[in-house]
Amino acid sequence: MASLAADFVGIKSPNPFWLASAPPTDKEYNVVRAFRAGWGGVVWKTLGAEGPPIVNVNGPRYGVVWGPDRRVLGLNNIELITDRPLEVNLREIKQVKRDWPDRAMVVSLMVPCDEESWKAILARVEDTGADGVELNFGCPHGMSERGMGSAVGQVPEYIEMVTRWCKMHSRMPVIVKLTPNITDIRWAARAARRGGADAVSLINTINSITAVDLDRFAPEPMIDGKGTHGGYCGPAVKPIALNMVAEIARDAETRGLPVSGIGGVTTWRDAAEFMALGAGNVQVCTAAMTYGFRIVQEMISGLSQYLDARGMGLSDLVGRAVPNVTDWQYLNLSYITKARIDQDLCISCGRCYAACEDTSHQAIWMKPGRIFEVNDAECVACNLCVDVCPVADCITMERLAPGTVDPRTGRVVPEDYANWTTHPNNPMARAAE
Amino acid sequence: MSNSQLTPGVVPGRLPAEAIAANFADVAPPLDAHEAHVAADRCYFCHDAPCITACPTAIDIPLFIRQIATGTPGAAAKTIWDQNILGGMCARVCPTETLCEEACVREAAEGRPVEIGRLQRFATDAAMAAGGHPYARAAPTGRRVAVVGAGPAGLACAHRLAMHGHEVTVYDARPKPGGLNEYGIAAYKTTGGFAQAEVEWLLAIGGITVETGRAVGADVTLDDLRARFDAVFLGIGLGGVNALGAQGEGLASDAVDFIARLRQADDLAALPVGRDVVVVGGGMTAVDTAVQSRLLGAENVTIVYRRGRERMGASGHEQDHAAAAGVKIVTNAMPAAVHGEGAVREVEFAYAEDGPGGLRPTGETFRLKADQVFKAIGQRLAGVPAGLAVEGGRIRVEGPGRTSLPGVWAGGDCTGGGEDLTVTAVAQGRDAAEDIHARLAAR
Repeated sequence: MASLAADFVGIKSPNPFWLASAPPTDKEYNVVRAFRAGWGGVVWKTLGAEGPPIVNVNGPRYGVVWGPDRRVLGLNNIELITDRPLEVNLREIKQVKRDWPDRAMVVSLMVPCDEESWKAILARVEDTGADGVELNFGCPHGMSERGMGSAVGQVPEYIEMVTRWCKMHSRMPVIVKLTPNITDIRWAARAARRGGADAVSLINTINSITAVDLDRFAPEPMIDGKGTHGGYCGPAVKPIALNMVAEIARDAETRGLPVSGIGGVTTWRDAAEFMALGAGNVQVCTAAMTYGFRIVQEMISGLSQYLDARGMGLSDLVGRAVPNVTDWQYLNLSYITKARIDQDLCISCGRCYAACEDTSHQAIWMKPGRIFEVNDAECVACNLCVDVCPVADCITMERLAPGTVDPRTGRVVPEDYANWTTHPNNPMARAAE
Repeated sequence: MSNSQLTPGVVPGRLPAEAIAANFADVAPPLDAHEAHVAADRCYFCHDAPCITACPTAIDIPLFIRQIATGTPGAAAKTIWDQNILGGMCARVCPTETLCEEACVREAAEGRPVEIGRLQRFATDAAMAAGGHPYARAAPTGRRVAVVGAGPAGLACAHRLAMHGHEVTVYDARPKPGGLNEYGIAAYKTTGGFAQAEVEWLLAIGGITVETGRAVGADVTLDDLRARFDAVFLGIGLGGVNALGAQGEGLASDAVDFIARLRQADDLAALPVGRDVVVVGGGMTAVDTAVQSRLLGAENVTIVYRRGRERMGASGHEQDHAAAAGVKIVTNAMPAAVHGEGAVREVEFAYAEDGPGGLRPTGETFRLKADQVFKAIGQRLAGVPAGLAVEGGRIRVEGPGRTSLPGVWAGGDCTGGGEDLTVTAVAQGRDAAEDIHARLAAR
């Protein structure tokens, strides 16, 4: 089996699967259970400054979006940072790191935005023997109202400033956790890099209301008839997270900055996708909160098998898909495909027809006997039929060979790559060189 | 009572009362809300869905399933009833495996269709439990229509006519309305007095008077009805039973009567059944009789059908149901004689080959021990009022149930064209009602 041993900014762990800073990592009991189950590391739930412990609501902390059969697709929370005394957390962190020296132990932090507060807590964390710190600039609910969490993460100057303090006052690796509740993730990542961050981790949760109670006319989760926005996570947010990770991986100013990928990682495949887009490891929360810690075993076996099958090591995977993430303007306009329906696999549900006829390009014929066929003269290769077809591989996109004629345009399919930058319709087109 | 499965003769109480009660519990228990949600989610919402085409009443199945999936079973029920006012019963008794569920694309894809029948029951049960009646009557037209037969065809016809504002009088020879829903369907398919509850719910639209115990021919005549009403609809079903045509026929019992008695019995443990029961026939009536005999405690029950299994009227699903109940199915054998003195002792059968020239005995015979033998070899039209053209043993109709007599429509089993299914009868009654309404409106 391929070794999954990972080295992330000098922090070693037997596998790249860490538990994200969240309820599953709030205390020794859970973390020890997680390590027993096989997790490579944890980011301990966010510690706050010395003082009276944080207070949480006493009603529901979570809201959910279910798929069929009550499958958890998305989870939202309004829980704050740890509500246990600082010294208890620090004592337990020290103990667990001592008992599990091969596992990654990173501590998440969120204190008021002044240098003294950060300096004070960093010293105490360093004393536990933890491997690193993660700066929580991400939580979009509750703490942000007090000028912390995403209130910091939404201002690049603050990110840079606090990161610099942390690098100044600690020898530990500093991971900056980014909020997705911004217009362009690159600004936040660049700021972190300028401040000296060893890595960024993303995404934190997305501001959300999961549902509205249509009897009480209040948002979910609801506390005594009222609700507030909370942080959304789970499988539903993965596409957003993947894009943000890729943006950082390919940005000129942040390229090469280590990334810890977070956002809906549920299976080994999700983890592999994040890593292919440049994440050096992944952090998991919702999947563990839904199914328990044992899911890491599937992640370990799945990723190992995948790497073995391709003769790859873990480091070969990291960033492998990054060169293929590009801007729209560079996509090959000479690449022309048409939908093909495999009549042997077709079950004649007609969803492709309804989708194409009602909402797309009227490129599918419905013939007597419920036979569905593609009209190449209309098909723009949008892929919607593939997406709505309930049968895997029944509809595929087949490339038209260069030199043949595209029945839709009547033009010959070009041999050579050509993109928008040189397209005659582009007023800004540059002459091909 | 100390009878057991082994007691000879035709006796009651072969099983403890609790065992019989358990045996006759709902054969397909209703889906709960979560199960319904999961089952509904499997529907692909096909374009021009094949299930709709396969449904004799053309219920918009994908729509009602989507309405269940989105938490509005009341709206789902309305979608069903708009096409099939007896959607509750059809959800229970339709051979969905040969209708909508056979056409379901998931049947083609994976051999496991969307559970349309059970979902239909979920919606209609939920809506009926919520109470009320979802249809209002149009302004009174002053027209009066007589409906003969309070079975599925007659009730569907009456409801649609009442909705259009006509005054309807329904006549039925039996003491209770419902027709085969009340008298002719296996008890475990429609438990808890559902048939009567559904009739009551249907009649809640108003404008329908039901006169039970009134047989056409004996108590009222068609001529009389034609004179007194603006239109007449006949949904009289099939009143006669086909004969075995075998020696000793008089010793055989009528399966249809047995089912009716069973349905009307207050105490199933008091209902006598044989130790060795033989059922002659191959349709749903044969299966319902055989299975219920087993459930009452008969030790050995055999269905004997004259042709091959593939020709049986009972679907594969029904055959499997019979087999699971412990019923033995013998095919390619026709009854030759029923033996016994005053009571059945055994039935003699001749093996037969089904060829292009019809059934031909092979010359080989066998005998089955029996103390009760049922004939379930089909029913035939009986008591047709004079003057109505009959064709192929059924009342001849054209288009939406127009008979050879002006002002007289017919539908259901008494006419041809259907498959003797509740759902077909409902469709025919409904369509005749629309035709009657159009005719009356044009006058």
